[in-house]
Amino acid sequence: MKKFAGQSIIDKLSERFEASKQELTSNSTIADVRQKALNHLVENGLPHAKAEEYKFTNLTKALEKNISFEMNTERVSVSKEDVEKLRIEGLDAYYLTFINGEFNSEFSDEVTESGISFSPLSAAIQENNQLAGKLFDKLSKSTEDAFVAMNSLLANEGTVLEISANSEVSKPVFVQYINTKSSDIHAKNLIEVGANAKVTVIEKVDTLGAEPGFSNIVNEISVATGANAKFYKIENDTDTSYHISNIHVSQDKDSTFTSNTVALNGAMVRNNLDIKLEAEGCEAYMNGLYLLNGKTHVDNHTIVDHMMPNAYSNELYKGIMDDKSRGVFNGKIFVRKDAQKTNAFQSNKNILLTDDATVNTKPQLEIWADDVKCSHGCTTGQLDKDALFYLMARGIKKDRAMAMLLHAFASDVIENLELEPIQAYVEAIITSRLEK
Amino acid sequence: MSDDNQILEEFTSKEYEFGWTVDLEADEAPKGLNEDIIHFISAKKEEPQWLLEWRLKAFRMWQKMEEPEWANVNYPKVDYQDLIYYSAPKQKKKPKSLDEVDPELLATFERLGISLTEQKRLTGVAVDAVIDSVSVATTFKETLSELGIIFCSFSEAVQEHPELIKKHLGTVVPQSDNYFAALNSAVFSDGSFCYIPKGVRCPMELSTYFRINAANTGQFERTLIVAEEGSYVSYLEGCTAPQRDENQLHAAVVEIKAAKDAEVKYSTVQNWYPGDKNGKGGIYNFVTKRGICEGDNSKISWTQVETGSAVTWKYPSCILKGDNSQGEFYSVAVTNNYQQADTGTKMIHIGKNTKSRIVSKGISAGYSQNSYRGQVQVMKRATNARNFSQCDSLLMGDKCGAHTFPYIDIENSSAQVEHEATTSKIGEDQIFYCQQRGIDEESAVALIVNGYAKEVLNKLPMEFAVEAQKLLALTLEGSVG
Repeated sequence: MKKFAGQSIIDKLSERFEASKQELTSNSTIADVRQKALNHLVENGLPHAKAEEYKFTNLTKALEKNISFEMNTERVSVSKEDVEKLRIEGLDAYYLTFINGEFNSEFSDEVTESGISFSPLSAAIQENNQLAGKLFDKLSKSTEDAFVAMNSLLANEGTVLEISANSEVSKPVFVQYINTKSSDIHAKNLIEVGANAKVTVIEKVDTLGAEPGFSNIVNEISVATGANAKFYKIENDTDTSYHISNIHVSQDKDSTFTSNTVALNGAMVRNNLDIKLEAEGCEAYMNGLYLLNGKTHVDNHTIVDHMMPNAYSNELYKGIMDDKSRGVFNGKIFVRKDAQKTNAFQSNKNILLTDDATVNTKPQLEIWADDVKCSHGCTTGQLDKDALFYLMARGIKKDRAMAMLLHAFASDVIENLELEPIQAYVEAIITSRLEK
Repeated sequence: MSDDNQILEEFTSKEYEFGWTVDLEADEAPKGLNEDIIHFISAKKEEPQWLLEWRLKAFRMWQKMEEPEWANVNYPKVDYQDLIYYSAPKQKKKPKSLDEVDPELLATFERLGISLTEQKRLTGVAVDAVIDSVSVATTFKETLSELGIIFCSFSEAVQEHPELIKKHLGTVVPQSDNYFAALNSAVFSDGSFCYIPKGVRCPMELSTYFRINAANTGQFERTLIVAEEGSYVSYLEGCTAPQRDENQLHAAVVEIKAAKDAEVKYSTVQNWYPGDKNGKGGIYNFVTKRGICEGDNSKISWTQVETGSAVTWKYPSCILKGDNSQGEFYSVAVTNNYQQADTGTKMIHIGKNTKSRIVSKGISAGYSQNSYRGQVQVMKRATNARNFSQCDSLLMGDKCGAHTFPYIDIENSSAQVEHEATTSKIGEDQIFYCQQRGIDEESAVALIVNGYAKEVLNKLPMEFAVEAQKLLALTLEGSVG
């Protein structure tokens, strides 16, 4: 048998799948999907060191080295304080908390509002919820990414949210994953936003303790005609945690989707964001901020696929790399043949604070339609010396002046985060980092 | 304005102007590629043993390599055993002066617009002409040699200056660099060699003209330019090929070395046969070009106008090793009909205070695909590196595509790197404005495209700039509306 990258991981995952087959394949539709995902993994392996999409982020190697992938059944108790501490202060939301990949109703809020229904993925699969069949491994496909396949093989828990047509959810839904074991969790969130509905979802993954952990979360979000969905992703995990996120969105006519990704800490974080503008008049906004120190490695891969005319997309990603951190950005804009009158903008700006920090960026445009306005810009540099001098000439200490300028650099992304408690949370972290 | 009109009229009825063949008696190697062929080529050229071994080493490396597939181009695979690797216009003996050159050959070059005769003195260009695989004539040799400049065909250089060739060959593009470079290293038949000694400023433009004439042949030329301390040279390269139904292969290697304070300017107008309107035939242009700024304060500048070839795969690069060295890349790539181009540059910043500038203008029309692929790499020790890249794409018609793949890898905090790219079409308002003033649509497009590419065309030497403008108009002829 041919050996692939990550063979040892795949062997362990197959074993685990066999061991809990009964539980994982209770629903025949999902069972099929899982089997296909397994076949894909066995036949193709995990991304190897030279795979173009994972060129700068050798997640396979990092996982082989740090994560055991053993089945772990021990239970660890988590206190209410631990959970609260990992939430965002002052943010009024429906909190849905999962501990080690299992839904915890004790710490979670009940979603009672009309127009929104929540059920844990395991229950949705049991009850044969139509959404589970409709979205599971549909927008993000096992065949396109090995980590999606891994997720589809093992994810038995997650959030299934259905927002019915014309309803506006009064407060954000906060999905919280807490990992306490030195192993891996796989979760899938399936979100359907009905026509003209409005919703904001926030996701945050945390690890308790210093043991290395791995979380693999997939979001499949379907946005119907005229709907408006916002998704926040806050990544401020421990120094030893590995994380991969796949967010796949499909947008229908005149809908709007906003993604806000804030990466602050972790050992290695990979974000795949894939937005398909499948009908006319769609709008997509992607904001990203990565503020890294230590040896943190954050890789943001985004794709916005303009498939139909008159759509608009705007992407702004900014990064500040300190110490030995590494920031990777790859933004793809596709404009298909039919997508005339497309407007697509992309901007990526990076600041390197030390010579040990690295940035690898690849803004990529692929255009097959002629009546379009597309542009991308990308800069990498250091703080403006003149601005620094100006501030210092006015008696402001160098550290303070730098902090002011870095705040200013990050401010336009932070301003795009519309929820004030999240803004305050990010600002506080920047301030504490800069004061160090 | 009348100029532009004239250009368009001139080309309206024409497809590919240089698409004729001349019956030159050719001395050819049998089809196919194996070690015997390499022995054959090497023997033909009366090469020293070390060069034969160098070729064989490259061939053995090539056999183990796989053809790269990462480029954004699609083409039927080349059957490397179905090609002729050596074809030389037959001559009875080596010509001593131009008078002895085959008159038919000279007529060929007259038709190409390259006069090999000393009339060129007026325009001040020294020409080395390579037909099929062999350099046929070099002009102005004596004038140049007075200054100590060596400008001759590669095979001549192997005979007369073996120590220089041995010292520099393959030091910028090693045999193992990539699939096509390895192939070229194994079978290259001729090319140009240029050596500028210390402190000499080459008084005229040096130029090589390449032409593929015989059928079924691949052209594999190799150019090596060595600029010693404080020297300067401007080098031009032009290419044409006859119109043929089958695809022909062109896999060249260009190496440039610039020592301390040296400056090399390399300009290309590439006009290989692009295939007909239905994408039949045309040249596969798989070229490896690389320059190294070895010494401090050195500078290498690439300017290219790419209008021909069915498939282009070409990334002229600069390795900025010396402190304060500079690299530049100016490119206009035009694709029409079923042409595909994947071209760009690499700027590798190693030395301190290195600067690079990239200006790439892509124009795609018809069913063509035009990609910019580039890399800017700032190594850890390259403090105060500076790069500015601009890649613009212009789309004409809704069947073509424009793609940008820039890689930017920075490991030094003092680097300042900027990249911007835009994609758009010619504005209706711009055309309307021209039409209002009595300029017809086609001339308006030619005018706008020329304006769009001006920044790059301005970098070309005078004679080439005129030719390049005409080529632009010719390539885009009929793609409006």
